[in-house]
Amino acid sequence: MTTSHNGLPPTRRLILKGAGSVALAGLGIVSFRPLAASAANDTYPEDAFRQREANEAIKLLYGRTAEPSDKVKLDAPEIAENGAVVPISVATTLTDVTSVSFLVPENPNVLAAYYKIPPGSMPNVANRLKMARTSNVIVIVEAGGKLYSATKEVKVTVGGCGG
Amino acid sequence: MASSIRVRAIANGEITEVQTLIQHPMDSGFIKDDKGAFIPAHFIQELTFEYDGRKVFIADWGTAVSKDPYVKFSFKGGNKGGDLKVSWIDNKGETDATIVKIQ
Amino acid sequence: MDFCFARSRIHLALAVLAALALCALHPASAADKPDPVADAKAFRNYFVNKFPNVKLEDFVNGPYALNEDMRRQWEQKEQFPPYEFSLEMGKELFAKPFKNGRHYADCFPNQGIGIRQDFPYFDTREGRVVTLELALNRCREANGEPPLSYVDDEMAALTAYMAFTSRGKPFAIKVPDDPRALEAYQNGKRYFYARRGQLNFSCATCHVQNPGERMRAEVLAPALGILNAMPIYRSEWGGMGTISRRLTTCNSQIRGVPLDPQDEEYRDLEYYLSYVSNGLSISGPGARP
Repeated sequence: MTTSHNGLPPTRRLILKGAGSVALAGLGIVSFRPLAASAANDTYPEDAFRQREANEAIKLLYGRTAEPSDKVKLDAPEIAENGAVVPISVATTLTDVTSVSFLVPENPNVLAAYYKIPPGSMPNVANRLKMARTSNVIVIVEAGGKLYSATKEVKVTVGGCGG
Repeated sequence: MASSIRVRAIANGEITEVQTLIQHPMDSGFIKDDKGAFIPAHFIQELTFEYDGRKVFIADWGTAVSKDPYVKFSFKGGNKGGDLKVSWIDNKGETDATIVKIQ
Repeated sequence: MDFCFARSRIHLALAVLAALALCALHPASAADKPDPVADAKAFRNYFVNKFPNVKLEDFVNGPYALNEDMRRQWEQKEQFPPYEFSLEMGKELFAKPFKNGRHYADCFPNQGIGIRQDFPYFDTREGRVVTLELALNRCREANGEPPLSYVDDEMAALTAYMAFTSRGKPFAIKVPDDPRALEAYQNGKRYFYARRGQLNFSCATCHVQNPGERMRAEVLAPALGILNAMPIYRSEWGGMGTISRRLTTCNSQIRGVPLDPQDEEYRDLEYYLSYVSNGLSISGPGARP
């Protein structure tokens, strides 16, 4: 169940993160950015959303690997008209779908979105994602306890993460 | 129109198609402002759709979902005139919710 | 034709001078006098011939008329367009009364609804081109309100709403047979075709010579119908932007010095460019990359 959160995430973690950024900045690592804290409930896969490697994100999210399947149809443009708003969707004929996720390996955080599909809801999802630069887009469909994926390269000329 | 949430929920026979557009900056934390400082991350983390007391779709979002985010999905069992509740919470703990009738 | 001849050598110089003065007052020959009707026809024919597979009414969709991959992305986004919120804001702003109790609706024909396609027009009383943005600020000032910035969100939202109420209506710009109107029209046309900036581009360089081609990351829109979609919500801006904003940024992008928003040149340019797209529908507000 969703617990209501008007409070902030645990202060202790925030302070530790802050300390980390100061320390790293001191080492001359200029590109460190404060990690986004989660205010959503405990089922929000916060760690998975922080991963910079697709395999790590998938492992954290699912604990297993995906196999490519032609039953998963990924719709994404050849060349994104603008990396800030790339319309991407998935359709599949697989049954017993319980979740769908989208990953963009070349993004700073690889996992873009994770959709939970309760029984009675369809596995087709459309969304609009940011892409920092030309990258594969990976969609993973969890069906009957197994993972199926499809991948497509989307070229990005104007990046969605500030250039 | 104080709510940030816009919904189009249309029942077609057994299946209700839902599109939602939400007014939210979805700042990733990676973009700098004019002065060169990073604009802090501010993005919806969880978006929930409920019908007839049950959750019909849950979106967990990261920083790579576009500004003014959009999602489309479908579910079975919705009826014209039925209430669809849509709610979100972002990384700052801010929330919004609305109830719309399925068309 | 002219009747410029002298009768005697003594009066030759005077007569020539007088004749020249008379010649100047005569209506210019067909080659000199602006002919908007012929211009518009030639303008349209150029694009129709250049893109024989594009339906005439599709030109108002800019790069989406010329690039299939981009078009699909646009169509997907149009299912629930990103400019929804700006449009709502525009509607609210338009309906909100001024401090003196009057409304924008009082300044326009038909309460301001469904009239965008008539802008810009040539104000014969004042002798200048009046654009929709200018008209909105004049309305504000006439009612004791400070003018809005021509490049910010509010003006964009207002013009977006007004454009939306005119969607589907064809551009119906009038150039009266008034030398001042014709001069403004011609001035706009001159601006359109004149090169400027470090890159030495004219508007025509991109939008007449190279529509559908890429300039860096952008696919260039054809000039025919280019204002029909204004104002535009650009992914690049993350928001809605006015014609003024687009013209000033275009100037900057070709490394020229932008004029002030709603400068006479820009208004004349808008006049010309709108006129040559007469007959094509208003499609604004538009979404663009």
